[in-house]
Amino acid sequence: MQPDLHQKQQQGIDVAVLVSIGRHPTTGRARRAEQDARGLELALAIEAELPGTRISMLHAGSQDDSSEAALRGYLGMGLESMTLLEQPEGSDAILPLVEHLAATSPQLVITGARAERGEGSGLLPYALAEHLGWPLVNSLASVEKVENGVVTLLQALPRGQRRRLKVRLPAIISVDEAAPVARQSAFGPARRATFAITTTTSEADSELAQWHLAPARKRPKRLKIVKAASARDRFKAAASKSEGKGGQVLTDVTPEQGAEAIYKLLKEEDVLR
Amino acid sequence: MLETLLPILIFTALALAVIGAVRRIRLWRQGRPSRVNLFKGLVALPRRYLVDLHHVVGRDKMISNTHVATAGGFVAAAVLMILVHGLGIANPLLGGLLLLASTSMFVGSLFVARRRLNPPARLSKGPWMRLPKSLMAFSIGVFLITLPTVGLLPEGLLEGGSSWLLALVLAGVVAWGLGEMFFGMTWGGPMKHAFAGALHLAFHRRAERFSTKKGGAGRSTGLKALNLEDEAAPLGVEKPADFTWNQLLGFDACVQCGRCEAVCPAFAAGQPLNPKKLIQDMVVGMAGGSDAAYAGSPYPGKPVGEHAGSPHGPIVALEGKALVDADTLWSCTTCRACVEECPMMIEHVDAIVDMRRYLTLERGKTPNKGAEVLDNLIATDNPGGFDPGSRLNWAADLNLPLMSDIKQVDVLLWLGDGAFDMRNQRTLRALVKVLRAAEVDFAVLGTEERDSGDVARRLGDEATFQSLAKRNIDTLAKYRFLQIVTCDPHSFHVLGNEYGELGGHYEVRHHSTFIAELFDAGRLTFAPWKGGSVTYHDPCYLGRYNGEFDAPRNVLKALGIEVKEMERSGFRSRCCGGGGGAPITDIPGERRIPDMRMNDVKESGAELVAVGCPQCTAMLEGVVDASAEVRDIAELVADALVERSADDVSGASRRTTASTTAEEVIV
Ligand code: SF4
Ligand code: SF4
Repeated sequence: MQPDLHQKQQQGIDVAVLVSIGRHPTTGRARRAEQDARGLELALAIEAELPGTRISMLHAGSQDDSSEAALRGYLGMGLESMTLLEQPEGSDAILPLVEHLAATSPQLVITGARAERGEGSGLLPYALAEHLGWPLVNSLASVEKVENGVVTLLQALPRGQRRRLKVRLPAIISVDEAAPVARQSAFGPARRATFAITTTTSEADSELAQWHLAPARKRPKRLKIVKAASARDRFKAAASKSEGKGGQVLTDVTPEQGAEAIYKLLKEEDVLR
Repeated sequence: MLETLLPILIFTALALAVIGAVRRIRLWRQGRPSRVNLFKGLVALPRRYLVDLHHVVGRDKMISNTHVATAGGFVAAAVLMILVHGLGIANPLLGGLLLLASTSMFVGSLFVARRRLNPPARLSKGPWMRLPKSLMAFSIGVFLITLPTVGLLPEGLLEGGSSWLLALVLAGVVAWGLGEMFFGMTWGGPMKHAFAGALHLAFHRRAERFSTKKGGAGRSTGLKALNLEDEAAPLGVEKPADFTWNQLLGFDACVQCGRCEAVCPAFAAGQPLNPKKLIQDMVVGMAGGSDAAYAGSPYPGKPVGEHAGSPHGPIVALEGKALVDADTLWSCTTCRACVEECPMMIEHVDAIVDMRRYLTLERGKTPNKGAEVLDNLIATDNPGGFDPGSRLNWAADLNLPLMSDIKQVDVLLWLGDGAFDMRNQRTLRALVKVLRAAEVDFAVLGTEERDSGDVARRLGDEATFQSLAKRNIDTLAKYRFLQIVTCDPHSFHVLGNEYGELGGHYEVRHHSTFIAELFDAGRLTFAPWKGGSVTYHDPCYLGRYNGEFDAPRNVLKALGIEVKEMERSGFRSRCCGGGGGAPITDIPGERRIPDMRMNDVKESGAELVAVGCPQCTAMLEGVVDASAEVRDIAELVADALVERSADDVSGASRRTTASTTAEEVIV
């Protein structure tokens, strides 16, 4: 049995989960970020499927009481420790993360699609992929299997569609609402877990410093004009999904052509002038 | 021959009983330490047994009398037998008393036998079916062997060569009785309840429940806090040995009478919980083994014999089955009906919450909507996840005075989380109208109020409960008030009974109590009742938890309503199904608890059911095709209010219910 077990151990992969400090949408309180927690849930699912998988959790940021409480929210999902790349508030997280990932070389990096505070631009996974030269798959719904250095993924597309992809490791994947909901965080494990604190080279995020940040406002929705004679028609109109009219599906085009089409649309819609 | 045999039999039985006792005590001692004053407990034992216990047992007169005859007869007979036959003090007076005692015991055992002829489903069978026979063997045997002592039979009758057979038969009968009564008492037979039960009364973890010579029995219903400061202290109960030793002792006291089973709403709804079986499972876990020998009703939908456990094994398995399944623990509405009925004063709810604490705090396994509700409580201080800033939106037009503005009032009106619920907002508006009509000096905390923590605590999330409680206590400490009034019995219970341990001591009143006081003080006048017949549903957290059965009925009486009582009312009221986070964890059963309660209402023939709890209102109004309307007492009162004439107002309004003002008390 020993070799068999060994084999199984061999199958496991190193997964790094990047987590940020979230922000509750109504109260603004610090908490585990929704998408990042789903990312960790995904990692835990891989661990359950693939014995021998090692999960490391990373956060780049400053250390204080409220951030610690939020980070413990992730630890309460069943991890014994996490690595904190300590850097002053307002620093750019990308460099220390790249350095750490390059040094520890995990096979799979999981992040949320975007942070709940700060810029929340969703650029971080792309920046990491660019620095590390790894492929990135966004909007992940699940990881189906990992075999011989190739991972089979299910990516979520709009309207519930799914696309199966095979990606050679190492890779970065980002999750959004398509991934399964994160499990409950338990108080006991969260309290016992430890932080491995590493100080890193940090660089102030000069761009962020220039930005003016304001709470997001709900954007007004375009009104659907319903010309309905009966209650039944009105109900149908309200319940049905609007068919995208006048849209255009681009398949098998070069990135340049795609970009051009988007640019044209933005002009038409008066988003760009 | 008997003269030599009897002392041997008696002292062997006694010795075996002592060995058994030591073994049993060692089983209990596997539990965690608990601070109990052993001496005081033992001294209080007779009173607790004769007074408090018999209040509960006495609800069933038949059984109570049977028990007095049997148990009283046995104790007397046992002591006398040791003197007369064991030590050979064969004086006719003692012998006569012994005859009397064994006769009483025999009569009792006849009644026990009668009850066992066609036992109700709630009684356990198995070894319990042989108990009446054992009781008879003991009483008849003792009676017969004592006859010569008092000279009713010639001394030598059993000595002659021909009658050795008779003597042997007699000795056998006595040995059987002795075996069951002494040996079985400590080795786990049905008589175990006598030994464990007595010690359980003496070392009960809620000593406050018992009366003393100085005063009536106190209610002790608040859950005990977990020590969260000490990181080494376990969070809840994972394995039987995690209970305190006196909790384990308590489980062992169960007589399997099934009174708890008969009143449990979850059991009646066909959810997988039976409080009696749960207690028996804890006994199985403490001693190690499987539940295959259990001889009563199972958990609905779960066959007996599939679960097993050991003192240091998990109660709820990570995978597969262990001692009990998690859904059993989550079915409980914490209504306390079982605790109220239990003649052995066993604390089922404490045990259930202890085990829930482990599942939530250590394993993060609160079922269904549980995790979401707890997350909401952490992030927004209310279970629904609403914007805490909108807590007072419903009162935008009422111009409610805020504590933060006036700092000092007579009455702090605690809104509770019903403030976010449209139905309950109607109740709150009615209550405000009543308070204004009676010219009560009141204010609300407004957005400074947080959830009381009731739901978090019953779901086992002690950490979130304590966090909410401490912040509420800090808020309350900023202001001065004489009393808190609330229309939510859950907040009422938590603020009044559970905040004290964390440093918050308040005088709290339920709105029905407060309205009754206002009426008595002549500050409210009502138009006569013109509606139809009315019944009243006692909320568990107001009635059983806090003993307030009268005030709501008095208010209804003041309104001119004659209450048509339901069969299960007062301390025996049936839960609405809304407590203990049960609607959140939502364990499926065969029926719904609120439907059963509405059926009780229907059977009373009432057209309207008066309630005093937002949770009950929500649960009962959720019943489809209900035959009765659901109204909160505050609404009924608000509707009946009559404007008083000017003289009336000047005369009565300045009289406050409390004789002092806030200033006098606190400054
Ligand atoms: S508290 Fe109520 S629901 Fe829970 S076990 Fe006891 S009777 Fe049943
Ligand atoms: S727990 Fe109490 S009420 Fe229930 S069966 Fe045991 S002794 Fe009877």
